[in-house]
Formats: sequence, C-alpha cells, structure tokens
Amino acid sequence: MKELKVTPIRNGTVIDHITVGMALQVVRILRIAERGASSTVSVLMHVPSAQMGWKDVVKVEDRELEPREVDRISLIAPHASVNVIRNFNVEEKRSVTLPSEVVGILRCENHNCISNTEEPIESRFRVVRKEPLLLRCAYCEREVTDVLSNMK
Amino acid sequence: MTLRGRSVVSINDLNDDEILLILDTAVRMAELAERDEHPDLLGGWVLANLFFEPSTRTRLSFESAMKRLGGDVIGFSEGGSTSAMKGETLADTVRMVSGYSDAAVIRHSREGAARMATQFATIPVINGGDGAGQHPTQTLLDLYTIRKAFGKVEGVKCALVGDLKYGRTVHSLAIALARFGAQLTLVAPEALQMPPEILRALEERGVRPRVETALAPVIPEADVIYMTRIQRERFPDPEEYARVAGSYRLTVDALKGAKAHAIVLHPLPRVDEIDAAVDATAHAKYFEQALNGVHVRMALLALLLRGEEILKEIGGQRAA
Repeated sequence: MKELKVTPIRNGTVIDHITVGMALQVVRILRIAERGASSTVSVLMHVPSAQMGWKDVVKVEDRELEPREVDRISLIAPHASVNVIRNFNVEEKRSVTLPSEVVGILRCENHNCISNTEEPIESRFRVVRKEPLLLRCAYCEREVTDVLSNMK
Repeated sequence: MTLRGRSVVSINDLNDDEILLILDTAVRMAELAERDEHPDLLGGWVLANLFFEPSTRTRLSFESAMKRLGGDVIGFSEGGSTSAMKGETLADTVRMVSGYSDAAVIRHSREGAARMATQFATIPVINGGDGAGQHPTQTLLDLYTIRKAFGKVEGVKCALVGDLKYGRTVHSLAIALARFGAQLTLVAPEALQMPPEILRALEERGVRPRVETALAPVIPEADVIYMTRIQRERFPDPEEYARVAGSYRLTVDALKGAKAHAIVLHPLPRVDEIDAAVDATAHAKYFEQALNGVHVRMALLALLLRGEEILKEIGGQRAA
C-alpha cells in the first residue's frame, strides 16, 4: 500500500512546533469547523522534533492568520512558529510571542467582572508569568485558571 | 511622582512613600480637627459621589471629608435613581461626571468597575468598593488606625479573623500589612480562608502568615484583632452557619486573655461577631476607626486634587 505523505502546500500557513497534544486546540482556535475551509487542513500529531522531542503541526491551505489568531495560539502553544507559504516558498517565518497584555481574546472567568458587561471595553489580561502561563484580569484582578475554555 | 491628579483604585496603585504621606497628612488633619480648625483647602472644588450600591460609612465619610475642607459634593446614593437604569453605561456616566466635578468616588457592584472608570474619566477616580474587589481607602484607614495605636506597623502582630475569602477589606489589608512588615495570622474556617492568589502575593513579599481555624489561641498573642462578618448566604446549611459564626464571636470573656494594649478593629457594619459588651472595653477601637476614615479621606482628597502644595498650608511634613 502506498504510504500517505503530507505534501508541501502551495499557499497557506504551516503552524509548526505546537506543544504536543495541542494541535486540535489550535484547529479549534482557527475555527475551521465554524468558518468552513475551501482547501485542505492537515493535522500532524506526535511528530518527532529535534528541538522539542515531540511536537504537533497544523497546515492550513489558502489561509493566512490574523494577528489575534496568532496571539490566541501563543496562549496554548508558546513555542509554536508560524510559516507563511506563498507559491511553495516560506515567505515569512516567525515564532509566536506572548504579548505582555492579552486584549480581546479571552473572557474573564469572574462573571461579576465589569469586562463581562455591555460596557464599551475589551477584556484585558496582564501576563504575570510566562511559564507556566499566569494571566490576571486588568479590571478585576482575578487570575485565569482555564485559558482554553475562556477563549472567545 | 506627585499624587496630584492620580486615581486610586487599589492600594497597590500607591507606593510605600505615598501611603506614608497620606497617613502623615491624615494625622495633621486630625490634629487640626481636634483644635476645631478647618483648613479651606478645597473651597470651590466639587467631588462626585457615584454610589451605584448602598453604603453608609464610605459615602458619608467622603462627603464629610470634602465638606470639612470647604469643598462641595454632588452625586447619588443608589444606582436605581440614575440613568444606569435606562441602560446608560458606566463609561458614559463617568465621562459626563468628569465635566461636572473635579474627582469622583465610585462604588459599584461589579469588580473592576473603578479601574474601567479611570479609562474614561478625565478626573481622579477613587474606588469606594467594587463588588468583592478592592476598597483602598478602607485599607488606608485601617493602616492609619494601627499606626496611631502602636506608632508603627512593622512587627505589629495582626490577626485577621472571620470571612477571609469573600471579605472585601481583608485582601488588600493583608497585602498592605505585609508591605509594612506586620506579622500576620489568618483565622478562618477552612472554607473561608484567604484565597490562594492573596497568599501567593504575600509569599512574593516574603511573608508566610500563620494560619489558624480557632480564634481562642490567637487572642493572647495578638496586638490587633481585626474582625470581619461571616455572611449567612455563604453557607448552604443554616446549622453549619450558626456553628461556624458562633465560634468566631468575640466576647468580653474571650478578651480576658488579651494583651492590655490589644485593639479590636472591624470594617463595620458588625452584626453579632463582636458582642456589644466589648464596646465598653479599652480594646474596642472600631468606632474610632470609622472616624479616622474622615481624616484619611480628607488627606487623600486634598493630595489628589491639589498635590503636595497643601502641606505648606497645613504645616504638614513630606514623608521621608
């Protein structure tokens, strides 16, 4: 039987060095299921990596990521790299970087926080510690205990 | 950095020198008040008291503080009488009030409300309590009261008693006491102990408080016994509430083993966690504590509105 290989993509984004086990969460962040995809999305899990031992990789054809999507990924896969592919060439390669403030992409866990109301503000969290990740709401000062389930 | 024009949402918005400056200025305000002198530091200035939630002490003491300095107060004492009921955002209310007044005190049921208000206000905002969040002027007046009783905060043995989990005042007080070198004992039922993030913040400052579940063994050693109210609604089982609340009740009998100079504080309102008979003892300082709130708020308002120049007018000293 012919071995099925994941082939290089012509145009799109390769998210490499994803923390092993987090690939499906990255897919969730990219809202593939909700937005639909007109091209192929490949998910590689538990791939050997010289740097990390094991890693996951997600390839999304014909799509480049918004800055906020990259910020979202940085919260769950802080060592990931985002490669923009155009016409089979790696046009851009950058590591995701955790911003010092995480704005507009998480919901505060505290239901009584002012950021969970109709006020004209975006949620805002300060990065108190990078590893392990510790975020604190800039409004109510509550710490985030579950990043994934509070992602908007 | 000057205090003039600053907002105070959390006690951590102030550095140690700024806190000491406010406390020293409050001492001066109290001395003047004792001599029936009322410095007209804020004549022509207007404070907006925006109380979306009911409050007695905080609102009245801010009002008293502003008026004693010659200033005026506008505002409301419950959100129900404002256009918040018509759906106006707090952001819009604050923007509007910035044009009507020179500083605003905000009490709101939502945590983070005062912090958000600073983003929209063009005047200093003072947090008068945000939900279960911060209440920095209470912390300032607690520090003032302890410093007044012992001449310092460093080394003073403070027992914080009761609901340390939901109690709004004890979180920022614990951190402030740690900043000034007090020794902390936390006395609470396990379910109402200090939240982990506060314990972590204390640890970051090198403070490892003693943790106790019983009040009796703590009384003989404490310089300050800071009582808080255990609220009935925290307990699903009324019998459990009665048992727990009863064991943290301070009586004249329980205070027999206390140090002669030990003081009992309470942010008020108290319900029955301090027996009324304790009021007559020399330990009871909670009503004086409430009065101190006026002097502390006078100091804070004068410094936020006019800055350190007021010290020349009242003969105060800049903190070293």
